[in-house]
Amino acid sequence: MNRITKLFADSTPGNHDGLLNVYFTAGFPELNDTVRVLKALQDGGADLVEIGMPYSDPVADGETIQKSNDRALENGMTVKVLFEQLKNMRETVSVPVLLMGYVNPVLQYGMEQFCQKCAEVGVDGLILPDMPMDVYLNEYKSIFDSYGILNIFLVTPQTSEERIRQIDEVSEGFIYTVSSASVTGSKSGVSADMESYFGRLNAMNLRNPRLIGFGIKDNATFKQASEYSAGAIIGSAFIRILQESTNLEQDIRSFVRSVKNNPETIEV
Amino acid sequence: MAAIAENKSYQVSDTGYYGSFGGAFIPEMLYPNVEELRKNYLHIIADPSFQKEYNDLLRNYVGRPTPLYRANRLSEKYKTNIYLKREDLCHTGAHKVNNTIGQILMAQRLGKKRIVAETGAGQHGVATATVCALMNLECIVYMGELDIERQAPNVARMKMLGAEVRPATCGSRTLKDATNEAMRHWINNPVDTHYIIGSVVGPHPYPDMVARFQSVISEEIRWQLKEQTGKETPDYVLACVGGGSNAAGAFYHFLDDENVKLVAVEAAGMGLTSGHSAATTALGKPGVLHGSRTILMQTEDGQVVEPFSISAGLDYPGIGPQHAYLYDSGRGIFMSATDEEAVQAAFELTRNEGIIPALESSHALAVLGELGAGPNETVVVNLSGRGDKDMATYMKYID
Repeated sequence: MNRITKLFADSTPGNHDGLLNVYFTAGFPELNDTVRVLKALQDGGADLVEIGMPYSDPVADGETIQKSNDRALENGMTVKVLFEQLKNMRETVSVPVLLMGYVNPVLQYGMEQFCQKCAEVGVDGLILPDMPMDVYLNEYKSIFDSYGILNIFLVTPQTSEERIRQIDEVSEGFIYTVSSASVTGSKSGVSADMESYFGRLNAMNLRNPRLIGFGIKDNATFKQASEYSAGAIIGSAFIRILQESTNLEQDIRSFVRSVKNNPETIEV
Repeated sequence: MAAIAENKSYQVSDTGYYGSFGGAFIPEMLYPNVEELRKNYLHIIADPSFQKEYNDLLRNYVGRPTPLYRANRLSEKYKTNIYLKREDLCHTGAHKVNNTIGQILMAQRLGKKRIVAETGAGQHGVATATVCALMNLECIVYMGELDIERQAPNVARMKMLGAEVRPATCGSRTLKDATNEAMRHWINNPVDTHYIIGSVVGPHPYPDMVARFQSVISEEIRWQLKEQTGKETPDYVLACVGGGSNAAGAFYHFLDDENVKLVAVEAAGMGLTSGHSAATTALGKPGVLHGSRTILMQTEDGQVVEPFSISAGLDYPGIGPQHAYLYDSGRGIFMSATDEEAVQAAFELTRNEGIIPALESSHALAVLGELGAGPNETVVVNLSGRGDKDMATYMKYID
């Protein structure tokens, strides 16, 4: 069974405090930090990890993630280098791993070869925000399916109910719920508008669990989001930790613990 | 007028594609905005009240029809019959305003209160700020930090027109980054804002919508040519291509006349092999840029490459998806001109005809000698803009 599917199947609602998915940019802060960061996230207690493939023109991302992308590209990160780095990750990493990125570098690598490589190194799912649903269904779904890779779709407060149903229909794993109309890292906290949007999604009884992303940065926002969903995704706030860190392993572990509010967090 | 639905072989399909190019490769955050536009743009354009207002503004505000002028001395020099479509005489100095007039009327009918746009050289920014002043809509223009430094007069014009000019400070700080920022702004303000894209790029329906607003160029060429020569189709239509909006407009009504050679001229910058070029079809390959599948300059890893051209308006790493299809299908002839060749062509036109062209348009003029057009053939060059904005560059070449 796909690790993402298994994670959500094992964590029945009400039985946990919310799953934490943490995003970071591959090759950041230094080129060879990718697996180190991944491992430290797992050790800290992240339930899923989303590795960002840096891109020159990340239109859905705010300044923090853009700058981490620029830095990673300067460091020499490419799709090829990333797969090379992840080659042996399953020897030490057991949490589900997703790759997030823009569709052009994936298309240049070749969708089939890309999915094949994902399966080979143990990547469980992809988030390609600028790949349209119809293109996925018509051209690539069969490839994803044959390699057992899940494609994660996004919904936003502006997504119509009809389209949410459609997305739910073709999704597997989870649905990435964008909390507000924004690029990443713009706002934080859960407003009354968001509560009504999350409530609306809950009332739809979708077949897929949801993780809430955009604006999640600490234990308070993580807990709030988890009340309305299976958990939440942290991106920009974690990139800022990486930017400022002088001891990656320790800072990553204590950040994740503080977000999940595990007892060991006193040190923060 | 803005072209109403016509199903021609080189036009967009019902699903938003030109062959394998086009589509809407956008994050979900942009989907509702783009979908709203896609559902409404055709019937809004076809609406008689829209057509009336658009045509009135083109005639009385922009100054259309623009002349089709037989360039006698240039014709003599190249031993053929050269006609210039004088888009440089449009209000604000270039063809860009044909599109911004159409899109501001579109935005009003969609109930939008604010406008966001990107600009490179500032021509599209000025044309957008102009229509926003005219219609009393708030206007935010994103411009690369580097371009803001290079194009001070246009920045001042936009500000005088009441627009807010915001610098794009990430990436290469030029047109592609300004486009990214405008898209991000639209993501952050999805309900009350309309994004006026300046070229035939972006997700469907933008390339088609912008081409329709620019199609007035070729519509006029047809009847003007008929009036002057008795024949409504030329042998060649020449236009420069950055994103490609002036070319899309100049080609539009000739696409199905297969005997008309459609020549798109890209900016070779310092030379095709110099590493400082913007000749997309020569140097690029298929991929996804700014919401559509097209041809773009990119690394082996699929990262977008920063282009280079002396002309900020052609300094773009992609081309519109329809142009990608014209290239791929062989319907379009793609040529290129270097910075030097463009500047020479600008001086040649100026000294022979008394018209100072924009650096962009000069690229189209620069290939006249390579066309091989005969003495009985007719060549129409789309003179997309005037050279006032480029005087600082031209001054360097005046001895």
